[in-house]
Amino acid sequence: MKIAVCIKRVPDSETRVKIAPDGKSLDEAGVKFVLNPYDEFAVEEALRRKEQAGAGEVVIVCLGPAAAQETIRSALAMGADRGVLLQTDRIPADGFEVAKALAAELKDGGWDLILFGKMAIDDYNHQVGPMVAELLGLACVTAVAHLELAPGTGTAEREIEGGIEVVEFPLPAVLTTEKGLNEPRYPALKGIMAAKKKPLPTKPVALPPGGIEVLALLPPAERKDGRIVGEGPDAVAELVRLLREDAKVL
Amino acid sequence: MAPKFQGVDFYDVDGLLSEEERAVRDTVRAWVDDNLIPIIGEHYVEGKFPKHLVPQMAELGLFGANLPEEYGCAGLNNVAYGLIMQELERGDSGVRSFASVQGALVMYPIHAFGSEEQKRRWLPRMASGEVIGCFGLTEPDYGSNPAAMITVAKGTKDGWLLNGAKMWITNGSTASVAIVWAKTGKLDDVESIRGFIVPADTKGFSAKDQKGKLSLRASDTSELVLQDVCLPKDAILPKSGGLKSPLSCLTQARYGIAWGAVGAAMACYDEAVGYAKSRVMFGKPIGGFQLQQARLAEMLTEITKAQLLCLQLGRLKDQGKVTPQQVSLAKRNNVDIATEVAREARRLLGANGILAEYQAMRHLANLESVYTYEGTHDIHTLILGQEITGLNAFN
Ligand SMILES: Cc1cc2nc3c(=O)[nH]c(=O)nc-3n(C[C@H](O)[C@H](O)[C@H](O)COP(=O)(O)OP(=O)(O)OC[C@H]3O[C@@H](n4cnc5c(N)ncnc54)[C@H](O)[C@@H]3O)c2cc1C
Repeated sequence: MKIAVCIKRVPDSETRVKIAPDGKSLDEAGVKFVLNPYDEFAVEEALRRKEQAGAGEVVIVCLGPAAAQETIRSALAMGADRGVLLQTDRIPADGFEVAKALAAELKDGGWDLILFGKMAIDDYNHQVGPMVAELLGLACVTAVAHLELAPGTGTAEREIEGGIEVVEFPLPAVLTTEKGLNEPRYPALKGIMAAKKKPLPTKPVALPPGGIEVLALLPPAERKDGRIVGEGPDAVAELVRLLREDAKVL
Repeated sequence: MAPKFQGVDFYDVDGLLSEEERAVRDTVRAWVDDNLIPIIGEHYVEGKFPKHLVPQMAELGLFGANLPEEYGCAGLNNVAYGLIMQELERGDSGVRSFASVQGALVMYPIHAFGSEEQKRRWLPRMASGEVIGCFGLTEPDYGSNPAAMITVAKGTKDGWLLNGAKMWITNGSTASVAIVWAKTGKLDDVESIRGFIVPADTKGFSAKDQKGKLSLRASDTSELVLQDVCLPKDAILPKSGGLKSPLSCLTQARYGIAWGAVGAAMACYDEAVGYAKSRVMFGKPIGGFQLQQARLAEMLTEITKAQLLCLQLGRLKDQGKVTPQQVSLAKRNNVDIATEVAREARRLLGANGILAEYQAMRHLANLESVYTYEGTHDIHTLILGQEITGLNAFN
């Protein structure tokens, strides 16, 4: 099993982010960056598949700034064999540019599987995995919550509204992983020490901005104080009216 | 799911840590959030050590993590080791105590004073959690003054015969092996103190759980009785000799405690800040009142000082330059301020502060044990006093 896992360095969902003075990027000072949580499922799945097969290689590919080496090393600490950083200071907002750079890196790898998280928690784009699949001419299944592999083929389950979709696909394939696929392991201390010694070359890349430009980042509107409409059954009609007309949630 | 702990770092101490040190800290922090925090309150109330967590801790590599890889350990530096202790005690002092005893008080002496054969026999199985150990120094009548111990080991023709009793022994009933310190010569011969590896299933060895603890309840504390315990010749730790041997183990453990106490304090401070911002009284969050702000400011100040103290202590230890007196200063200060922080946090929380659902009172009660064990606060005062003046005030 030769598996590539594409990962992204993202701000920890629990850090309080601030918008930079330019109004369209994040102020990174004091922000803790982590391995994108959906990518953790991808790394874990790759490691399990390799362990089950008893042989193979798990390679981490990341596009990002120099600091993303630390993110790659956290995947190496979990047990991946080596990493590659496609180094750029600015990740374009257009996922297609990212996909092209990744596809160029992956194209001659001879992979059995290429895994992604289903989305990055910073931009919520859900795009890069499927685009890479398209560029490489491979089958793609997104948001995989359960996976079975057999020689040359695989079956994946996707959680869709109100049910489960079962998809069969040929290998090699590109999969994006959903929560529930597995329980990612903690990087053990020996793994953290070993990660330092694993190969992690960096390749500078210069990406065009692509077709998308971020004009502004705005914080969500301040939540207004709640309001008590009344008490008991008498208040229900008014509550329903407000939910329908004011809050527009019904 | 409970929110993840974000740490307390007012002086960018993180910036002074290496990438690996942070990675180790983050792994243990996440593990504590996911596995220890959700269950600790209940275990504490029931007075049970969460033994089911031992295999996971072993899997992460937490036991004897600063000992070499060739014996199955993680081979970390002392700062990373300290951060592990900090994060474990952020969860609970009892669980940190377990790891301290296993690593600093049992694996360390085997590594420092054991034969190569003993190291190969015990260390890998202790790192993997298969063997749990305890450390018996304190006796019913000899606490702060272990030099006066009356447990004896008599040389026989095929080995050793041990008699005596040990008290307050962490992991005592859980352990399958004990490091027991005993006099091999006359009772006034302190130089004759040696360490012995005693498997718990040896005839004449028994451990009894000490009941009625109001502190460190999620930890096993036991009394050990050694009645005509026969051991083979190679049960002795060949390189141990005199009281300085067990004391050097204590220096290792105290070093970890200095870090651990900071973890407990961080947990209490974090809880207090959250509570101060959300608890509304007299029409505003209690954090908006000067009295509570003073509490929080004091806590943050002491935590920050303690963090810097630990880090420099760890760097000195990694350079091989640390002195036991420097470790004493850190243990003494950090446990003291942590106890103070826990107490103030408990008070800030009002009535909720006495519940097991919150952390402050559990930490406060735990820290009273930590204040006493591994050299009481007073004893560290005397150690420092002697260091400063050259005069012995112990007796
Ligand atoms: C929960 C817990 C776990 C423990 N785990 C272990 C363990 O795993 N292994 C182990 O060997 N021991 C363990 N201990 C024992 C611990 O190390 C001792 O309790 C400690 O050394 C103090 O001894 P003592 O309780 O006999 O107090 P004492 O020595 O009787 O002291 C009583 C009081 O007198 C003060 N005092 C003593 N001497 C002086 C002096 N010269 N000048 C001024 N004041 C003095 C002390 O500071 C203290 O306030 C544990 C204790 C506890 C509470």
